[in-house]
Amino acid sequence: MRFFEYESRAVVAKAGIPVTKHGFAKSVEEARDIAADIGGPVVIKSQVLTGGRMKAGGVQFADNPEEAEAKAAQVLSLEINGHMPRGVLVDSKADVAHEYYAGVVWDGIRKRPVMLFSDMGGIDIEQVAEEHPGHVARAHFSTRLPFEDWQAKQLVSTLGITGSALNRLTPILARLARLFLTYDMTLAEINPLGELTDGSFIALDAHMDMENEARPRQKALLTELGVGDEETRQAREATPFELAGEEVDAQDHRGVAGNVTEFDGNLGLVIGAGGGSLTLFDAVRAHGGDPANYCEIGGNPSVRKACGLAKLVLQKPGVDKIAVMMSIVSNTRVDIVARGVIKACVELGYDPAEKIAIFRIPGAWEEEGFKILEKYGVEYADRSVSLNEAARRAVEKIQGAPS
Amino acid sequence: MSILIDETTTFIVQGITGREAVNLTRECLDYGRGARIVGGVTPGRLGRDVHGVPVFDTVQQAVEHNGGPIDGSVVTVPPAFTKDAVLEALDNDVKLIVIVTERIPRRDVAEMVEVATERGARIIGPNCLGIIVPDVVKMGGIGGPAKNAAQAYAPGYVGVISRSGGMTTEMSSTLKAAGLGQSTAVSIGGDAIIGSSYAELMPLFEADGVTQAIVIYTEPGGRMEAELARYVTETDSTMPIVAFMAGRFMDEMPGMSFGHAGTIVEGKADTATEKIARLADAGIVVAEDIADIPDIVKEKVAARV
Repeated sequence: MRFFEYESRAVVAKAGIPVTKHGFAKSVEEARDIAADIGGPVVIKSQVLTGGRMKAGGVQFADNPEEAEAKAAQVLSLEINGHMPRGVLVDSKADVAHEYYAGVVWDGIRKRPVMLFSDMGGIDIEQVAEEHPGHVARAHFSTRLPFEDWQAKQLVSTLGITGSALNRLTPILARLARLFLTYDMTLAEINPLGELTDGSFIALDAHMDMENEARPRQKALLTELGVGDEETRQAREATPFELAGEEVDAQDHRGVAGNVTEFDGNLGLVIGAGGGSLTLFDAVRAHGGDPANYCEIGGNPSVRKACGLAKLVLQKPGVDKIAVMMSIVSNTRVDIVARGVIKACVELGYDPAEKIAIFRIPGAWEEEGFKILEKYGVEYADRSVSLNEAARRAVEKIQGAPS
Repeated sequence: MSILIDETTTFIVQGITGREAVNLTRECLDYGRGARIVGGVTPGRLGRDVHGVPVFDTVQQAVEHNGGPIDGSVVTVPPAFTKDAVLEALDNDVKLIVIVTERIPRRDVAEMVEVATERGARIIGPNCLGIIVPDVVKMGGIGGPAKNAAQAYAPGYVGVISRSGGMTTEMSSTLKAAGLGQSTAVSIGGDAIIGSSYAELMPLFEADGVTQAIVIYTEPGGRMEAELARYVTETDSTMPIVAFMAGRFMDEMPGMSFGHAGTIVEGKADTATEKIARLADAGIVVAEDIADIPDIVKEKVAARV
């Protein structure tokens, strides 16, 4: 879950890392007041959960409160990559002598967090690592033992940094490592980390990403930041269709019939499970099909949920047919899914044989499931038909269908 | 032969009184030669039994009742309690832990792995269905009820490693239909950090007398495939490997996760396209269709001899 910059800064400040004087404004008046309070030149930064702010014009400079108000008006009305800003961050302009980078991420191979430090801040760390590998230092650390200051000191010193810079950077990096663990972050980055002309260090910008799975135990921090449970903070905001999918899944706690993602094709997909859905979605597209959605069924959902999901997909504008396909199931019951999707067709006044392009779910209770499908004249397939072949048949059927 | 488990393996089920765990216990007892489940643990339920398996409050009680060390544990407790359960098992000298639970934060997984490594123990998962040695034994929900598992798996020379539990069964079933059985199939889990990766299981399969080829199921997200490619190159491994990559469409949607928590693409190296290239560079065939896998396996095995 991504944080806005103003939230990331609050987290950094809470961890005891100095930040520039700043404020978050939702209106031009607030922006003006913050600028007046800061005094002197300020930077107005769009608060959006997407990159490329600078290029898009989402970062503006102002010399006085009046100008700050005018620039804030511009930035607040500027859409960036389909995102409207939540507000603006009004930041004081610091007297920066040099920019560094400090960040912590997970290393899935070493299965440990890794701290990255560079004396070339302000640009993307992946780019620095590629073009100037000698300017990036790395150190893995334990999740069992407390992070000690010497670990940060040792890391910084490997880039040849000494003197007061070393001693001032050490606690900042150590605090960053600790906050990464304390708050279950998947990314904690200060970039740039500015060295000011007076020799002090300050976080000029920060990016934080919290693990979704940790949200329940990070309630205190999230409440403090004002982040509600309803804010999913996905790469793009959920559409009404996707929200309706979540509602279907939340009807009861039996299994999953959800994780719906909207696409704009004509073939509705009622697919599962996790890996099966990925495989099937690829297969439909490889055969020239145009999926209306992605979704996942698994863990033996109720008839009600399977029916709800099928109805949602069937009613999506532009959907001509649905394909009901899963990899071999062992705890989801084939007959329950069959019942659910047929019920959906019948209740919406459709002929299941016409609307269901293919039903390919082999596994537990398949005989019972296939019997039901046969009764309604729905084309079905067992495990002898591959996922790829089932997808091909579904695409073939819909492309021959009158639109 | 097999890797990780065989018919002599003893294990417990932590969280045994939960609905899924009760089913899983039944399945494992029924499958193959019958799993040696020597106990279950659910705090506060001492003295009960699940399908004849005695329930204890602690792992220590289970070990005492067993009269000696227990080889493994299947952990099915809720995510907030998983780390504690795993640390308890590790402290009681359990050496193989299959974590079924999903939605465990990475910090907890990293801690469990760190302790397991110190103790010379191995973790499979989290977010996995476990391990199956066809017709012999299964440890976890893999393949489902004994009847269904028997339908999809058969003994043979292919080792299967998969990030998706369901696809472990789908691919094994495809192999079986083509006359190829499995030495051991391992569902390694769909999370960003897991106890055992492809590369970490490779030496076990290479040391196994029966295994002659490996089939893997992969997805976008993470660097595990790159790690495998590096392993193959660096060790000059001659074991034929055939891979299937699902979720190619995700390359167009960075920052979104589909299917499993671990699929989120966080960098260029995480994409399907990049992974396919790396695997291919290491001589690993990436099949376009699962149905093509059996023929590729047979060809590669024949070419090796």
